[in-house]
Amino acid sequence: MRLPHLGRHFRLNTRFLPVTVTLCLFLAMFAAGGVLFDNFLTTQNFLYLFINNAPLGITAIGMTFVIVTGGIDLSVGSVIALVGMVSAWLLGSHGWSPAAVVTLSLAIGAAIGLLHGFLIQYFEIQPFIATLAGQFLARGLCYIISTDRIPIENPTYSLLSNHHFELPWGESPPWINFNVLVLLAVFAAGVYVAHYTRFGRTAYALGGSEQSAVLMGLPVASTKVLVYVLSGLCAAAAGVMWSISSVSGWGLTAKGLEMDAITAVVVGGTLLTGGLGYIAGTLLGMMVVATILVLIDFKGDINTWWVRIVMSILLLIFCLFQKVFERRQATRTVSTTHAPAKGPARASKALG
Amino acid sequence: MTAQTELGFARFAARVRGLSQGRLFWPVVVLALMLLFNLARDVNFFSVTIRDGHLYGSLVDVLNRAAPIMLIAMGLTLVIATHGIDISSGVVVAIAGSMTARLIGGRYVMGQDMITDHPLWVCIVAGLAISLAVGLWNGFWAAVVGLQPIVVTLITLVGGRGIAQLITEGQIITIYYRPYYFIGNGFLFGLPFSVYIVAAVLAAFLLLTRRTALGLFIESIGVNPTAARFAGVRARWITWWIYGISGLCAGVAGLIVTSNVKSADGNNAGLDFELDAISAVVLGGTSLAGGRFTLVGSVFGALIIQLLTTTIYAAGVPPEIALVVKAIVVWIVCILQSERMRRWVGQLLGRGLGVEVAR
Repeated sequence: MRLPHLGRHFRLNTRFLPVTVTLCLFLAMFAAGGVLFDNFLTTQNFLYLFINNAPLGITAIGMTFVIVTGGIDLSVGSVIALVGMVSAWLLGSHGWSPAAVVTLSLAIGAAIGLLHGFLIQYFEIQPFIATLAGQFLARGLCYIISTDRIPIENPTYSLLSNHHFELPWGESPPWINFNVLVLLAVFAAGVYVAHYTRFGRTAYALGGSEQSAVLMGLPVASTKVLVYVLSGLCAAAAGVMWSISSVSGWGLTAKGLEMDAITAVVVGGTLLTGGLGYIAGTLLGMMVVATILVLIDFKGDINTWWVRIVMSILLLIFCLFQKVFERRQATRTVSTTHAPAKGPARASKALG
Repeated sequence: MTAQTELGFARFAARVRGLSQGRLFWPVVVLALMLLFNLARDVNFFSVTIRDGHLYGSLVDVLNRAAPIMLIAMGLTLVIATHGIDISSGVVVAIAGSMTARLIGGRYVMGQDMITDHPLWVCIVAGLAISLAVGLWNGFWAAVVGLQPIVVTLITLVGGRGIAQLITEGQIITIYYRPYYFIGNGFLFGLPFSVYIVAAVLAAFLLLTRRTALGLFIESIGVNPTAARFAGVRARWITWWIYGISGLCAGVAGLIVTSNVKSADGNNAGLDFELDAISAVVLGGTSLAGGRFTLVGSVFGALIIQLLTTTIYAAGVPPEIALVVKAIVVWIVCILQSERMRRWVGQLLGRGLGVEVAR
């Protein structure tokens, strides 16, 4: 991705190209919604994008770190379900306090992530297979607790679920909820960790070229394990938020959410091959995914299974877009620096 | 005398070591252990009786139930050998089954079981054609365009459920056409018909990969696609078709599944099959890193997985634990296959026998 012989100005342009495309796509889709439907272009409707999809956003931020290193985490949807189940179970029949439940939830997410990272780093198991097995493990654990939906009847959870934080303007002020605040906090932390810490820089270096990162003396092993811990933590936080907003736990929660999270990350401009991406892009990607959901919701008469098909096609289009982007970068590198093309080197990482 | 004994022992040890290095050794040992465990649990586990000219018994049942996973695992083995992956098999099962059931039609008339909207062969060909199409769709993006196989097949896995739902219009289609039941429930010469399907597919695959150069081509693609291409192997073309074949295998499995339960459910048919199939392949001894593969091993792997499922259901533990156990099995087998583990075991054995282990 480095283009040393090009001007700084031009380099910025190409690096931000995917994010710019995503921003334009989001604006176009939101504007299209305004043209198609009355009452679409409101502040509250914009805020609903975050209110309804905060868990997805947080999961996608964690996933960004994994994908930046060139890995993938397919377990996030199940971790959300598992955390919700455990929360509902412990709050209900065991009378745990919410603080203890949230702590345990985050610990579960981190532990699953740690296990994944360990298997991937020390036994060199491919990320997708380690996390796919983790996905089934977490789902199975949910079903062992219960195959039914368990309601949560806890005053703290219902308070957090129902409270509206009103923004200070207008006649009927727009509002956000607790989950949006958490999303914003995680987003801020994510941007800081990715772009302003040693860990973040190592993650990017690792995704660019693991061998170079090792030769530079970067802490590759610990970083690789930690990104999965981070992803597990984010998924667990998303699970807590999901159980707050739905005030229940259910084994089938967030089935297939891993693809929505990957879509948000990829649409946000993070390369699936690793090394390039922005947390801010992921938030934009989440907004695009959320806008599609809202548009389908406004249309009303579309079958829900079209949602899955549309999401799949969106992800496919952006994967394709990335491929073209990568090819162009590769050919440009060749023409300006006479360096060998990246094609064969990339091919060996085909599985991510 | 002692020298002779020592020599004999050394020969025996060498033979055991040779056996244990054979690719089918561990799958067969695990399978035998599981059969023994089941025998200890239930003395009648091995008993096979003849009723109405058919063989009945737990073993026959395991064989019949393992058929779909065996088929999917065989297709998946070839995909994995090219250093790819296909996690969309479960959804292809649903799509193929839905297509066939839709064409047969869910009409019910009292007292009749010979109702179909189209001739049986049309329904079957359509089901197989759509599964081949889904496989080729995967292969196009993964092999020709060069997207990551895991992402491409994840897209199919999620979007495919929507397609299956579109085909069945969100309904569960019940099949009231008796001849179709034969595929998944019928018996031929005493054995379930599905076993013959598996045997035929296995024979065809073995013939193609071991009697022609195709097997070597596939392995070379898995080890290094660029080198294979430079050596004159049409890597993209072959890989593309391997995905198509994997889809077709899942389609055949879909026919067996729908025929077995006499209905097609776009939402739940083939759910979680991908874990079973991947478990079967890794248990069979095929490395997920691509290259060397063993089809027979995958068939044994599928048998082990089905035996595991049957054992869990029969042992009286909650059946929900099956997913957890299988996930842990995949992890353990992957750990055992890993380079680090091999080195550890090698060092341990070397120290135990007082022999320097060559790297």
